[in-house]
Amino acid sequence: MSKKVITSLILILITITLLIIAQNNLDSFSLRILNLCGIYVIFAVSMNLINGFTGQLALGHAGFIAVGAYSYSLLVMDPQLKEMNFFLKPLIAPLNTVHWPFLPALILAGLMAALAGFLVGAPALRLRGDYLAIATLGFGEIIRIIFTNTQSITNGSLGLKGIPAPDKFLFFSMKNSLMWWVWIAAIITVIFHFLLIDSSYGRAFKAIREDEKAAQAMGIALFKHKVMAMVISSFFAGIGGALLASLIGTIDPLMFRFLLTFNILLIVVVGGMGSISGSIISAISITILMEVLRALDQGFMGLPALPGLRMVVFALLLMSVVLFYPKGLMGNEELSWNKLMNLLKKPLLLKEVKK
Amino acid sequence: MSLLEVKDVTMQFGGLTAVTNFNLHINNDEIVGLIGPNGAGKTTCFNVITGEYIPSKGSVFFEKKDITKARSDQVTKLGIARTFQNIRLFKDLTVLENVLIANHLNVKSNLFTAIFKLPKYQKEERQMYEKSLDLLKELKLERFKNEKSSSLPYGLQRRLEIARALATQPKLLLLDEPAAGMNPQESIELMKLINEIKEKFNLTIFMIEHHMPVIMGVCKRILVLDHGLTIAEGTPKEIQTNPKVIEAYLGVETIA
Repeated sequence: MSKKVITSLILILITITLLIIAQNNLDSFSLRILNLCGIYVIFAVSMNLINGFTGQLALGHAGFIAVGAYSYSLLVMDPQLKEMNFFLKPLIAPLNTVHWPFLPALILAGLMAALAGFLVGAPALRLRGDYLAIATLGFGEIIRIIFTNTQSITNGSLGLKGIPAPDKFLFFSMKNSLMWWVWIAAIITVIFHFLLIDSSYGRAFKAIREDEKAAQAMGIALFKHKVMAMVISSFFAGIGGALLASLIGTIDPLMFRFLLTFNILLIVVVGGMGSISGSIISAISITILMEVLRALDQGFMGLPALPGLRMVVFALLLMSVVLFYPKGLMGNEELSWNKLMNLLKKPLLLKEVKK
Repeated sequence: MSLLEVKDVTMQFGGLTAVTNFNLHINNDEIVGLIGPNGAGKTTCFNVITGEYIPSKGSVFFEKKDITKARSDQVTKLGIARTFQNIRLFKDLTVLENVLIANHLNVKSNLFTAIFKLPKYQKEERQMYEKSLDLLKELKLERFKNEKSSSLPYGLQRRLEIARALATQPKLLLLDEPAAGMNPQESIELMKLINEIKEKFNLTIFMIEHHMPVIMGVCKRILVLDHGLTIAEGTPKEIQTNPKVIEAYLGVETIA
């Protein structure tokens, strides 16, 4: 086994140990935030594939997340619950009786989102730069508006309530099985993207980011590869959306406005376009920061409660990141063992010199 | 045997005609040059051949196959590789990665075989690395393999562009001003390099160049373009003495 495989295995083991510790020690509020972190890792890493690695400014992520969330919810809710939810207009025929277990529903949610990614990508990826951004932003909104207006499928603006969370992880009953699903999905997403970027296809994606004309002159079929990246990216967005639905338990179309896309884009930019480890670090820290800063809203150090103060502070923090790390925390590099070691070595070397 | 055949190509951009009735015939194993003053339409000819532009009139055949309307990636797959006038490397990637990317068009594994690194893909990946490293060795770029391509000096960047084009395993190589910005010493090395790779990779070469010593030294046959019209064709000697060519470059002597 190569050094790379061993370090990744160690990292995965550390993550799992931390999760076990978290499961036994954290209260339910902190666990929820932990789950949200995992979901945002999935969102950010998948968005980084199309935006950071392939260099296509596609802003339809919220739409794909919505497709995943709704497909999952409609599959896992039991018929009785559906009847209670759809009191204005009944749910259409085959959907009102289906009742799937968690894992197949999760995968189908991803596939539906991938299909949506293909349908959006096929026309939109013929455009470039700003035009692509506008077109995909529009498509994302179109998906949301369709969901608002198809009352008999999505329950419109009433949303879906009481979406069940999985009670088992694979075959084991766990105290907090959703956390395991979320984090195993996040780990798989990350590994998948690392492997993809490391392959010949990943190099082709990066070539498209660097220079489209040159990439095409090297025999890379631009459109095919862009659509490929888009479909993979939206598949994982759909998986994340499904997990988000089961975490929150209630969804409605307003959750999936373009603000969600921009939140994820912000995470990707702060972490570094084209760095998976950057996306992970920034997804976790921004999600936690958003919650920790809530304390500011409630008044601190004798200041009166000022709702919205946390967003001001948050904005200041973001600005300083952009000022001091214009390419994001990690740029387009990955965190690696050697780099960490070098960081540790530097102060040590300095000390030795001083002696 | 004829490798590339360009028949009566006219390229118009709106009201501007960049190239008029361009005809070209390249046989296997030739080095053909294309010269002309600035704005004569040389690069447009290249872009028509490589599928960047679809000509307004006329057609392009490569190995008897009509490639007039093919996309540039399809053209590259058929065996025409090119370099660019203003270097277009993948700047943020390493020298080795630049060459590896050019191997991608020959990858037969599908996406999933590649992602999960199944044995079939691993074998392909190993071959890709070996081929790329050999190529870098061939072009004396091996010791820069892990450097960012944008950090190379100018002359080496040009060389890397040639390496990258060679990695697509072309039959016909189009060089767009390979000696631009090079000093005399580098130009001489470039001439040597072009002759070397031609022999080693069994190539046919079609090049645009402004440096007369380079083009006169390398090419056996030269075409001269002026304002989109082919004004002369022949051996370097014939071209040097052709009055039309001298007129295009220097103007006509008028008696005041």
